[in-house]
Amino acid sequence: MDGCFDARQTGLVKLAIMAVGGQGGGVLTGWIEALARAQGYAVQATSVAGVAQRTGATIYYIEMAPAGPATPIFSLAPAAGDVDILIAAEMMEAGRAILRGFVTPDRTLLIGSTHRALAVSEKMVPGDGIANAEEVRAAAEVAARGLVLADFEALAVDAGSVISASLFGGLAGSGALPFERAAFEGAIRAGGKGVDASLMAFAAGFDVARAGGVPAPDRTPPARPAAKPAGPADALRAWDGLMARVAALPAPACPMAEAGLRKVVTFQDPAYGAEYLDRLDRVLSADRSEGHELTRQAAKYLANAMAYDDVIRVADVKTRAARFTRIRSEMGGGAVMQLTDYTHPRGEEIVSLFPARLGRWVEARPRILGWIDRRVSKGRRLRTDRVRPYLQLWLIAGLRRWRRGSLRHEKEMASIETWLAQALHHAARDSALSIEILKARRLIKGYSDTHARGRSKYDRVMSGISLVAGRDDAADWARRLISAAMQDETGIALDGAISTIKSF
Amino acid sequence: MAERSFKAEVQDLRKGAGELFTGEGILAITKALLENGVGYVGGYQGAPISHLMDVLADAEDLLGELGVRFEANASEAAAGAMLAASVHYPIRGAVTFKGPVGVNVASDALANLSSSGVTGGALIIVGEDYGEGSSIMQERSHAFAMKSQFWLLDPRPNLPSIVKAVGDGFALSEASNTPVMLMVRIRACHVTGQFETRDNRRPALSVAEALDAPHREVGRIVLPPMSYAQEHDKIDSRWPAAERFIRENRLNEVFGPDKARVGIVCQGGMYNGVMRALQRLGLADLHGATRVPVYCLNVTYPLLRNEFAAFCDGKDAVLVVEEGQPEFLEQAFATMLLRAGSGTRLHGKDVFPMAGEYTGAVMLDAVEGFLRQAAPDLLPAQVLAPNTEAPAIPDLSQTVPVRPPGFCTGCPERPIFAAMKLVQQELGEHQISADIGCHLFGSLPPFNIGGATMGYGLGPASNGAFDGGKVGGSSKRAISVIGDGGFWHNGLSSSFGNMAYNRSDGVAVIVDNFYSAATGGQDLLSSRARNRSKATGNPISKALKGIGIDWVRQIDRTYDVARLRDTLREALTTDAPGPKVLVASSECMLNRERREKPQRAAAIREGRRVEAPRFGVDEAVCTGDHACIRLSGCPSLSLKRLDDPLRDDPVAQIDQTCVGCGNCGEVAEAAVLCPSFYEARVVHNPSAWEARLARWRRGGIGWLARRRAARRLSFEEV
Repeated sequence: MDGCFDARQTGLVKLAIMAVGGQGGGVLTGWIEALARAQGYAVQATSVAGVAQRTGATIYYIEMAPAGPATPIFSLAPAAGDVDILIAAEMMEAGRAILRGFVTPDRTLLIGSTHRALAVSEKMVPGDGIANAEEVRAAAEVAARGLVLADFEALAVDAGSVISASLFGGLAGSGALPFERAAFEGAIRAGGKGVDASLMAFAAGFDVARAGGVPAPDRTPPARPAAKPAGPADALRAWDGLMARVAALPAPACPMAEAGLRKVVTFQDPAYGAEYLDRLDRVLSADRSEGHELTRQAAKYLANAMAYDDVIRVADVKTRAARFTRIRSEMGGGAVMQLTDYTHPRGEEIVSLFPARLGRWVEARPRILGWIDRRVSKGRRLRTDRVRPYLQLWLIAGLRRWRRGSLRHEKEMASIETWLAQALHHAARDSALSIEILKARRLIKGYSDTHARGRSKYDRVMSGISLVAGRDDAADWARRLISAAMQDETGIALDGAISTIKSF
Repeated sequence: MAERSFKAEVQDLRKGAGELFTGEGILAITKALLENGVGYVGGYQGAPISHLMDVLADAEDLLGELGVRFEANASEAAAGAMLAASVHYPIRGAVTFKGPVGVNVASDALANLSSSGVTGGALIIVGEDYGEGSSIMQERSHAFAMKSQFWLLDPRPNLPSIVKAVGDGFALSEASNTPVMLMVRIRACHVTGQFETRDNRRPALSVAEALDAPHREVGRIVLPPMSYAQEHDKIDSRWPAAERFIRENRLNEVFGPDKARVGIVCQGGMYNGVMRALQRLGLADLHGATRVPVYCLNVTYPLLRNEFAAFCDGKDAVLVVEEGQPEFLEQAFATMLLRAGSGTRLHGKDVFPMAGEYTGAVMLDAVEGFLRQAAPDLLPAQVLAPNTEAPAIPDLSQTVPVRPPGFCTGCPERPIFAAMKLVQQELGEHQISADIGCHLFGSLPPFNIGGATMGYGLGPASNGAFDGGKVGGSSKRAISVIGDGGFWHNGLSSSFGNMAYNRSDGVAVIVDNFYSAATGGQDLLSSRARNRSKATGNPISKALKGIGIDWVRQIDRTYDVARLRDTLREALTTDAPGPKVLVASSECMLNRERREKPQRAAAIREGRRVEAPRFGVDEAVCTGDHACIRLSGCPSLSLKRLDDPLRDDPVAQIDQTCVGCGNCGEVAEAAVLCPSFYEARVVHNPSAWEARLARWRRGGIGWLARRRAARRLSFEEV
């Protein structure tokens, strides 16, 4: 005997919204509910309020059916495999919806925003811990019956509104609900808050969904043509000479070498650029790797190593002409903007600017070093929109001329030479390992304690690499060591990897 | 003032007979209280019933007109105790809190109340915080009803049923001289719907009138020998009276055919889930017609033996749908069937999981599993042998990051935990206990501070064993964290009284954000805001001095990370005897922004001078180590990938949601991180002089910058 009722529940619409607390999921729920009620539907909305609304993943759920004499019995929560429309207000929340089974090929239209609100676990990794949105997109294409993916956050921000409005537009444009556009807009007007901006964002979302709901291609910005160099004539001539040397490099390495050259020349001067290319030529002459990968990677990491983060560079970056204008436009303009830079120089950083001999002399005398540190080391907030504090930074940036004689420069150059020598040592037999050694330079970054921690990780990785050098899988192990070092702050994962190596 | 204002909704509470109410379940309950002539209301906030407290607070004028007394009780215990007014006086009273934690706190009062018995209807409205979205341990409030013998209503989760349950609850309470608990699950509290309203009713006897004519009955005092008599009274007269009332007024409902071989018994709150499962199996329609009879228990305690026996009569098997554990109902039904010598088979936790929420998928699987065993002929062929194969959906479990709740943008508690992390980097890891409240987010990444939470106001008390500290021979002191909400709830007596009396050597950090923030921003004794009807503005530090704690450090700007760090270090290292307490005070940013944002916008519109601070990161200076994020976790401090082939790691970025709290800069400074952060303070409507000065400055700075740019090679786009 078969059941006598319609198991597909025709006419009933089940709609879930997955959002990050604070995104306005409640507002969107309210609009949808008001819309359905105004259109003669019986409707029920539920949510789980409480602490989850403090930046955590939240879920709202709505059911509606044409109103009749009897009241429908609605469910209070979405069920896996039983959701008609899923609105995800963030890309990983779309992923979470798929993971929880709320998106199924037989029934679910997925309307998702492709933008990312990064979770703490993604942000706190010392390296790159950002989750892979492409995996979510690929899963969505399999899991959803219909798909509308777009950056609804950008649409909303461009319209001066919030994502709930653009998603509401996306819902309207998708045609998933049997209501006219005007009815949706009526719900926004009835809400009465920020109506005009909401309607603009709504329209943007509507158009995107109407345009097809085809997954938008990845919005990588179009490659910007590199800015033209500007400056005195002799420097420009020198630059042309350097670029001619870059052009002579193997083609695969050229773009990276040009980017690297710009970085080191900006950091110091054209002569420093020549030094960079000299080192690169040394790498090239030892390069046995396929497609000159060794040279390409050297172009990248050598530039980063040579453009090290010293006080002069920081001061230089913060006193550039374009900076104030850029910040002002980011902050939304305004005739007057006060700018405070937070700095905390320490004694070591100041001493590292000393001429190398004097610097070494001071460093060897902890009491003098301590005395300097006590004078210098404290949080300094510089109002760089004022002339005097700006001038302080400007003068420090001007020390660039004497940088090459500084203790810091001497140390950095020695470190670079050791590193390059170690990399090139393996170039003939194992260029993959050489490349990994170059990449290990990525670990040295940051300032003060962070820099010291990075340096210590780098040293541990290099000593680990020396243990595996000569093995067939040396490069694999080197890669593993580097990625372990990027996993956590203090290097617990790295120590684990090294002890594994030692157990061989 | 609470986070959300209900001033608009309060107008709905004035609706009269025959009007239509549209809104949330929790507001419907409030309206129902007024329609049923309640004389006094109170409670303690907490999800999911915070809105009930908030709406009552916003409805004080209306309550006053009706002669209803509203108390924002100091704790659930205080709320439970307030029901004592219904012991001797025929006044209806209602209190609300979350369950089961609030019931735990109130249980002393509730046990006494239940023993005394009541004259006026006493209603305890519990928001049962169980399942997805819950913030507490997973238990059932049901056990309290059983141990204290009060009655438990669990109505179907729609507005008319919930509203009816309020009236039924008062009447049942009065008919059986027993307090009644009305349990509403988390989603039912927030479910929206409609119901037809009735006129509000003034209480037959107001608390003011009762106060003028005091009354006492010795038999209701919980002291021997009356307490022995009260136990017998519960069993011999109150229980039968309750059964009679429930049966005669048909509080429980039966749906579906009279005759069937199988049936389902469910808690009222589970009804919609059961019906959805039957709908999906093709055995019910959207409007409640069902081929499987359903016995819906709108009263889950006491259970009616005869009603249950009648339902089972002629059935081969029944399924008990009872969420949570242990399975009290199923055990009781099993006893009934056994004693009656019935042949009906009982199913429940054999097809349902013992623990966890009955989600849609769980419900469908279990109901289907039950029917496959007990009545496979009922199931449609499509269910018995599905012919479509579900496609494989890629597994995203390794891709999608967890997203637990955390501190809001600009939260003043963030810098407190940043300072604690810095101190621990200096002095080593410490034993740290936490309390209940937003600050508990400090136990999650990136801070990972605090390993235990023993209940509201019990943070410092839960470090009691470690109170010896350095005096007791250790090289370290224990640290406990507690919020201002916890402090006034129970903390002053149970935690700080305990510390002071036992001469604790421990350190306590009181996170004072001016509100009971996690529950929705309700005012407290120490709130800084002026409240029309409540006494605010009483400093926590004054209370501490009052109980003899002298080492108290008041910090009035928590964003001062360096000062917090230094003060905490002092607390951990000083030779001063006795408890060391830091009161770290800054206003909850959520509430502050809600208050100040409109004011700011209005000021800008009106042409007044306004400074709008926001932070930024120089991406060329940031090296992508993310040390700043490990001391923050702020939602507005995120990452961005640079369009630069030389850079591997994403750099820090601050988006437009930044409120300029200053934590980023303070942390960068205190922890000596990096010089990437800057604060940009846009001045709206500056004075003419200020604008001119800024122009001059820009001129001077621009000249310097251009001078240098002209002498070097640069690649900047202009």
